[in-house]
Amino acid sequence: MWRNPEPKPGYDAVVIGGGGHGLATAYYLAKEHGMTNIAVIEKGWIGGGNSGRNTTIIRSNYLFDESAAIYNHALQLWTTLGRELNYNIMMSHRGVLNLAHDEGEGRGLKRRVEANRLNGVDSEWLDAKQVKEFCPVINISQDIRYPVLGATLQRSGGTNRHDAVVWGYARACSAMGVDIIQQCEVTGIKTAKGAVTGVETTRGFIKTPKVACVTAGHTSVIASMLDIKLPIQSHPLQALVSEPIKPLVPCVIMSNAVHVYCSQSDKGELVIGAGIDAHTSYTQRGSMDIIEHQMASLCELLPPVARLRMMRQWGGIVDTCPDASPIISKTPVKGFYINGGWGTGGWKATPGSGHVFAWTVAKDDPHPIAAPFALDRFHSGALVAEHGAAAVAH
Amino acid sequence: MFLITCPYCGTRDQSEFSNAGEAHVARPANGEELTDEQWADFVFLRNNPKGLFAERWVHTAGCRRFFNMLRNTATDEILAVYEIGAKPPKVTTVEPATPSGEAPIGSGNDAVKVMRPEEPK
Repeated sequence: MWRNPEPKPGYDAVVIGGGGHGLATAYYLAKEHGMTNIAVIEKGWIGGGNSGRNTTIIRSNYLFDESAAIYNHALQLWTTLGRELNYNIMMSHRGVLNLAHDEGEGRGLKRRVEANRLNGVDSEWLDAKQVKEFCPVINISQDIRYPVLGATLQRSGGTNRHDAVVWGYARACSAMGVDIIQQCEVTGIKTAKGAVTGVETTRGFIKTPKVACVTAGHTSVIASMLDIKLPIQSHPLQALVSEPIKPLVPCVIMSNAVHVYCSQSDKGELVIGAGIDAHTSYTQRGSMDIIEHQMASLCELLPPVARLRMMRQWGGIVDTCPDASPIISKTPVKGFYINGGWGTGGWKATPGSGHVFAWTVAKDDPHPIAAPFALDRFHSGALVAEHGAAAVAH
Repeated sequence: MFLITCPYCGTRDQSEFSNAGEAHVARPANGEELTDEQWADFVFLRNNPKGLFAERWVHTAGCRRFFNMLRNTATDEILAVYEIGAKPPKVTTVEPATPSGEAPIGSGNDAVKVMRPEEPK
């Protein structure tokens, strides 16, 4: 589907990281900015990191204008991406429910509905009875520990297929001349006079004036090669899937308060996400008590799943920021750009993130949508605090 | 998941403890003289190494006391536990051979481990 070339001695730009965001960045660099003499360097195989580990939930119902702009930009691109790449990404706009379990949370979610509508994000409030009509499997009885009082619904939200997105982007990139180099790890970044001159890799030195770092959990590790310290902490985040069953969960269910999120894949497996482990770690495994906690919540929310067996469980390393918003930014080193800090919810932003980051890299100037997510917000105090909408607490 | 040896209570399950972030981050004494950038460094910037890391834990479901710990974040190997205010002891640990690589054992990342020509298959 894509070429498997040897690295050339030099490129106009090198993207570190062959996940969804990295491949999307390369795709839009080639397609919209005419930069086809570029490479995507991946230490494992494409889509083998967090792209293959997330729960593929797509939504854009974030509170603040800056977030609504980027996540809705992504959602617009998702709707036509399959046709654009001529690859079925199995985009399913099945709707996303965000449940409220207490009065305070209900008020917070209603505020988000109004904020979403002002930003052109489709969003509505459902009371408990309407939640039951939309998703009959949810237990709305009052005798559970955290009763469901209502929910927000974004009908345009849903899920898609992570592998298909990565493969579709990779094929399109390769066809435009982008080199996708797998099994190649960046071990150092060379600079001269404060500007990037190339990257050291396990397959030799590659000369380039622009390096775009899109390495999720390892963003700090790459940045530290240039002595750049970031406000990012890397944590394990776990997910698991059940044995396949007949259609049971017609939409995406998310709950901040009891801390579980769940959807059903086309194969019939329930895809279930957990919370992060509070300690920093680069080992892709989390703690059992996190899973125990979220399964207890799930069993109460969706009683029929109580006797379901789980097939697989895994962890990925997420790069969390203090304000639960990403970093899409130039850096003090000329020619070094960072797209990271997506924390626990980067998948939904993949095309939008790649699109605005490609602009930022190509023009050496932040795309208007990316500008609020620059590193200097931690100095100015103009944080985009999205903890309420980020779903996974961190 | 790992077992943590509280210096006051002994070895307990990790779920009894809460992580309290990086250790040895002192609040600036001359706060009124700091620039916004320097304050941002103190408030937001933390080390996030893949390898040796000094951090604080609190035994939430036990003695409720804070202590420091040295852990290898590439393997979750716990190397030392020591009291608040003490200096970190000298330890040795197996770190990844390359910055974003994986340690030979103890890493959960075997699925994406890069096999190099010199390594045994």
